[in-house]
Amino acid sequence: MSDSRRQKAARIRSLIETEGDAVFENTTTFNDGRYESVQKLDDYEELKSRARAIKEDAIADLPDLVEQVRETVEGNGGTVYLAEDEADAQRYIAEVVADRDADSVVKSKSMTSEEIEINEHLESKGVDVWETDLGEFVLQVADEAPSHIVAPAIHRSRENIAELFNAHFETDAPLETAEDLTEFAREYLAEQIKDADVGMTGANFVTADTGTIALVTSEGNARKSVATTDTHVAVAGVEKIVPSLGDLQPFVELIGRSGTGQDITAYVSLLTPPVGTPVPDFEDDETPLAEVDDDRDYHLVLIDNGRMAMRDDDDLRETLYCIRCSACANSCANFQHVGGHAFGGETYSGGIATGWEAGVHGEDSAAEFNDLCTGCSRCVNQCPVEIDIPWINTVVRDRINRGADPDSFDFLVEGLTPDAEPAGLDVQKRFFGNFETAAKLGSATAPLSNWMMEAGPVRSALERFVGVDGRRDLPTFERETFREWFADRGARVDPADATREVVLYPDVYTNYVSTARGKAAVRALESLDVHVTVPGVGESGRAPLSQGMVSTASEKASRVYGALAEHIDAGRDVVVVEPSDLAMFAREYERLLPEQSHERLAERSYEVMEYLYGLLENGGDPAALANGSEAVAYHSHCQQRTLGLEAHTVAVLERLGHDVVTSDVECCGMAGSFGYKQEYYDLSMDVGDELAAQFTTDGTRDRTVVASGTSCLEQLDSLLQRVPTHPVELVAPR
Amino acid sequence: MVTSHTDAFVESARRVDAVVTPTTADEFAATLEDAVTEPAVGTPLPFEGASYDGTPVDGAPTGAALAEAATGVTAGAAAIADYGSVVLQETGAGEELLGLYPDRHVVVVAASDVVPDMPAAFEELGERFAEGPRDAILATGPSATADMGAVVKGVHGPRDVHVLLLEDR
Repeated sequence: MSDSRRQKAARIRSLIETEGDAVFENTTTFNDGRYESVQKLDDYEELKSRARAIKEDAIADLPDLVEQVRETVEGNGGTVYLAEDEADAQRYIAEVVADRDADSVVKSKSMTSEEIEINEHLESKGVDVWETDLGEFVLQVADEAPSHIVAPAIHRSRENIAELFNAHFETDAPLETAEDLTEFAREYLAEQIKDADVGMTGANFVTADTGTIALVTSEGNARKSVATTDTHVAVAGVEKIVPSLGDLQPFVELIGRSGTGQDITAYVSLLTPPVGTPVPDFEDDETPLAEVDDDRDYHLVLIDNGRMAMRDDDDLRETLYCIRCSACANSCANFQHVGGHAFGGETYSGGIATGWEAGVHGEDSAAEFNDLCTGCSRCVNQCPVEIDIPWINTVVRDRINRGADPDSFDFLVEGLTPDAEPAGLDVQKRFFGNFETAAKLGSATAPLSNWMMEAGPVRSALERFVGVDGRRDLPTFERETFREWFADRGARVDPADATREVVLYPDVYTNYVSTARGKAAVRALESLDVHVTVPGVGESGRAPLSQGMVSTASEKASRVYGALAEHIDAGRDVVVVEPSDLAMFAREYERLLPEQSHERLAERSYEVMEYLYGLLENGGDPAALANGSEAVAYHSHCQQRTLGLEAHTVAVLERLGHDVVTSDVECCGMAGSFGYKQEYYDLSMDVGDELAAQFTTDGTRDRTVVASGTSCLEQLDSLLQRVPTHPVELVAPR
Repeated sequence: MVTSHTDAFVESARRVDAVVTPTTADEFAATLEDAVTEPAVGTPLPFEGASYDGTPVDGAPTGAALAEAATGVTAGAAAIADYGSVVLQETGAGEELLGLYPDRHVVVVAASDVVPDMPAAFEELGERFAEGPRDAILATGPSATADMGAVVKGVHGPRDVHVLLLEDR
């Protein structure tokens, strides 16, 4: 067990060192570009919802659409082949190539063609295959797999590519600049395109009404590969079909923005093959092109390879809406630092890849990288088809957990684990998933438990058997819990005098570890005439859910809802300090509770600073809170930002006189238990360094550091010399 | 015909590194001659009063002429103001080849064919696809790549894109 963790850590460390810088530069450029580009759209949210609806309907009607495509394409003079799996697709395409008597094939970039490993298959039949997309060409020369689904060679820098080309090709002078490299590849590949008989493309979309394929590109190689050869093979997953040409409009507006951050890519080809372009003979100086006899052949190869089964799978179905734009990869802090060679399976990489790999290659391929999704949810709002990517990662993690060897050895956490999970669940996941139990015990036996946990033998056992990295400080439990404190103290605003009544949710960290922020929340709320109750409610289920322990999370969700429902019915608002727990109520409970229960709780739940903001907006007296004029550096929480709640904290702090700057990293890198895990410690720190850099500039170095999430606070504490604090502690009256 | 969309198109096309030259049918030959580098090849232009007469453009090129050409001239079926895109349509004369192989692509667009936005463009495309040829390219600026470590304009497609906007058509 610990050996495999150590190997994984070593592999990640090595990729951070060799590929991390190039991947970071490219993905963050795409990510910044996306934010900027979508901001120019007046109807961004509406476009996403329309795109989503089109995909939902198309997948629901898929069998009919496949038949419609077959009729339309055959009517246009082409052929449609529905390939059951990789081998079937390989066989069919090899036949087409053999029938054409072709000894070379030129290709434009297509992840689906990677999925069916067509290059290797054709090469085994003696056919030359040329990747004409420059990124893919680099990989072909280097004999590497893509590190990104849209920009496959982003892990290589210009210098690195120049070195590769200079070693591989004989050129007059060494290639150096990006212009040199592009020029060389252009000339080199132009010859291959002219010589080839078959052009192979993917298809970003296929329209059932016209039989048109849409190709979203920038280089012009897909256009050239189609126009110059007389036999066109388009490879597309069955999920690429949309009903009509008009349906393409929202996708055309969204795909470039969501991917590389361009409003639109240089070329969106809408081809209805066999195309009407004359097949050029560059030697012919007699026949005008307009008089060349067209003799073109077209094969649309639709790939099932597990997709029809995904369609029947309630949790994986959403994956089929994916338009492969890469927004989920670019907006993912972990992906930005390590790239698709770690954060990817056999073919696909990035957040949504877990769904693709589980569906087309099986759970083993997904298991290789699925844990790199921390559930931070930053990708959720970036997805142009509104896929709940963290949920897919969670469900697949659960399936992987359940498929694990039930005899594996987990005596250490036996008894600490009152969960609903199968025997054989990874001991590390079980440990973190049951954090509430450990916290209860730790608090009851504090300070002894804290001394014990820090003792050498315990830490080394935790590292060795559970995979808790020894370099991390463990949480220090408080002997008196937040709830005990409140029970002793009692509410200080009488319900009869109160403007509002609130139940303050005692999340596990606030209750057992960081009680100060709970106390501050009570003081802040009461200063604005709010009656506060702190009920006996257990953990939200966030901890087990983040480990893929869905059943355990479900049970916890039911208990939390049961404990809060009566308060909600009594007209009380639910106020939450820990953003990841609020996100459970707002987002994940939709999956874990009946619809009405989720809606009732979600509608009445607020993040504590959001709630204070609301009170101030509704006439609350800011003078009742602690005013100040501190210079503050604020790091919001990933899930809080996804819920659109960063601004409220900033507004309250500013209203009370503070000067606030905010971080703009997607995540602090800690992400709950992620940064504690031995195999991910280095990545977690690498991601965190970015945040540390933003908070140690000339303008931020001396600022008070404030953060909303427990794990962000712990990460900042280990990254900076300053002790960070929760914003409510800054605004609560003493 | 100049509309409010025309100005918006000129602005966005320039933003994506296309060179835009407004012209008229009368001035067309002179404007075109300035815009091309020779040898130049072209496909038929469907605009009244605008032709290759008096210009160095070979209006019925062979494959060999295309291989030698420095400029390809084709008509744009439409242009999209919001994006600075031109809609290129293959009619069977080889528009796709001429807009792709030579280093420079000169696209001739009638101002009356400028549509405001993408929904309008797809409405227009829907009508075109219902009637006739069904291959179109939404082309926005020159071909480009970032795959070699920095953005480079001019990859497999043209390095330069010139749009001649016929204001009286």
